[in-house]
Amino acid sequence: MGWDRNQMAERAGKELQDGFYVNLGIGIPTLVSNYIPDGMDVTLQSENGMLGMGPFPTEEELDADVINAGKQTITELDRTSYFSSADSFGMIRGGHINLAILGAMEVAENGDLANWMIPGKLVKGMGGAMDLVAGVERVVVVMDHTSKHGESKLLKACTLPLTGTGVVDRIITNLGVFDVVEGGLKLVELATDVTEEEVRNSTEAALV
Amino acid sequence: MMAKKVYENAAAALEGVLADGMSVAAGGFGLCGIPENLLEAIKEAGTKDLTFYSNNAGVDDFGIGILLQTKQVKKMVSSYVGENAEFMRQYLSGELELEFNPQGTLAERLRAGGAGIPGFYTKTGVGTVIAEGKEHKEFDGETYILERGIKADLAIVKAWKGDEQGNLIYRKTARNFNPLCATAGKVTIAEVEEIVPTGSLDPDLIHTPGIFVQRIVQGKHEKRIEQRTLKVA
Repeated sequence: MGWDRNQMAERAGKELQDGFYVNLGIGIPTLVSNYIPDGMDVTLQSENGMLGMGPFPTEEELDADVINAGKQTITELDRTSYFSSADSFGMIRGGHINLAILGAMEVAENGDLANWMIPGKLVKGMGGAMDLVAGVERVVVVMDHTSKHGESKLLKACTLPLTGTGVVDRIITNLGVFDVVEGGLKLVELATDVTEEEVRNSTEAALV
Repeated sequence: MMAKKVYENAAAALEGVLADGMSVAAGGFGLCGIPENLLEAIKEAGTKDLTFYSNNAGVDDFGIGILLQTKQVKKMVSSYVGENAEFMRQYLSGELELEFNPQGTLAERLRAGGAGIPGFYTKTGVGTVIAEGKEHKEFDGETYILERGIKADLAIVKAWKGDEQGNLIYRKTARNFNPLCATAGKVTIAEVEEIVPTGSLDPDLIHTPGIFVQRIVQGKHEKRIEQRTLKVA
């Protein structure tokens, strides 16, 4: 049991606050845009140079010059502005973005994050992820709790090349919500029909 | 009477500036806002052993990908190359050098290089492989690493409109790395969708002032879409 992708995204939507400027990573984090609470004013930043991302276009609205960081075609809003990549990362590295919601391959109990490379297998690159975790005030990670083989992805120490050290504030998995605190991870919330025992059995990181 | 910055076509605009082993800063994010005509002309020219500063490497048959097919690229400095299978093949077989730069670091390196700033400190990459071998320095209790500015032998950029002076206006998210690359080239060539007479662009709305642009050419743009995503009806 536990949460599916959409339920994880819905839970991540509760991390948003009125007036926030937010950067959403590729994958499950992108789905969070479907779960912005009604009446809440949130502006989505796309690191390729757009503030105020709109939904996917209709056939008529399709414009090759309007894409998001996942290279998907999107639309602009009344509030939208465009800018260069240097200005975009000025927003990110300058601490002007309130929240980044990112995917992860591994997270360690001290908040280390690995999400960009599997040596010898997956050589794609970090894109803007290292800048986001270094510069954004609050970093929330949305990820599967375990691998396909049932191994914990919440670890004592990451085994993959790091994206940043001690950068993760909160982790949302299919089993629950965890905060990175002194000494390890603190269980904040259990997913639907998940027990604390199940979480303990699936987690290598220290739970405090 | 043509203004002296304006060239007839991409091949003419590149004449006399290409050399084997040179470095090229190329604008674009994914396939959005890439100088597709100039890349095609570099392919035709056959210039070899190129080092590219470019956020991405195109796809197999478009963008910088076409120069990977012809093995004209020696090294890529990029933040994300995941969309290109030929790239991956050449890299894993050791034919191609790759230097990953975090996206913001790459943008800032180009901006700094273009502004005469040889290096800057950033928190991005501290504690990761990116920081290995780089100077570390503490400011106000936080650790930063030194990153170098980039000055490229040639910059190729794509804009929406340009005038005979080389003043450029980009369109929407096709701006991305283009204004930064434009400043970082010893020679900068811009390809635009439309060259308009000097005086017809609003001076207050110009993104790249003509001082950064030595040559300009009007191109034909396919503007290929990488991920065509439509609203679910």
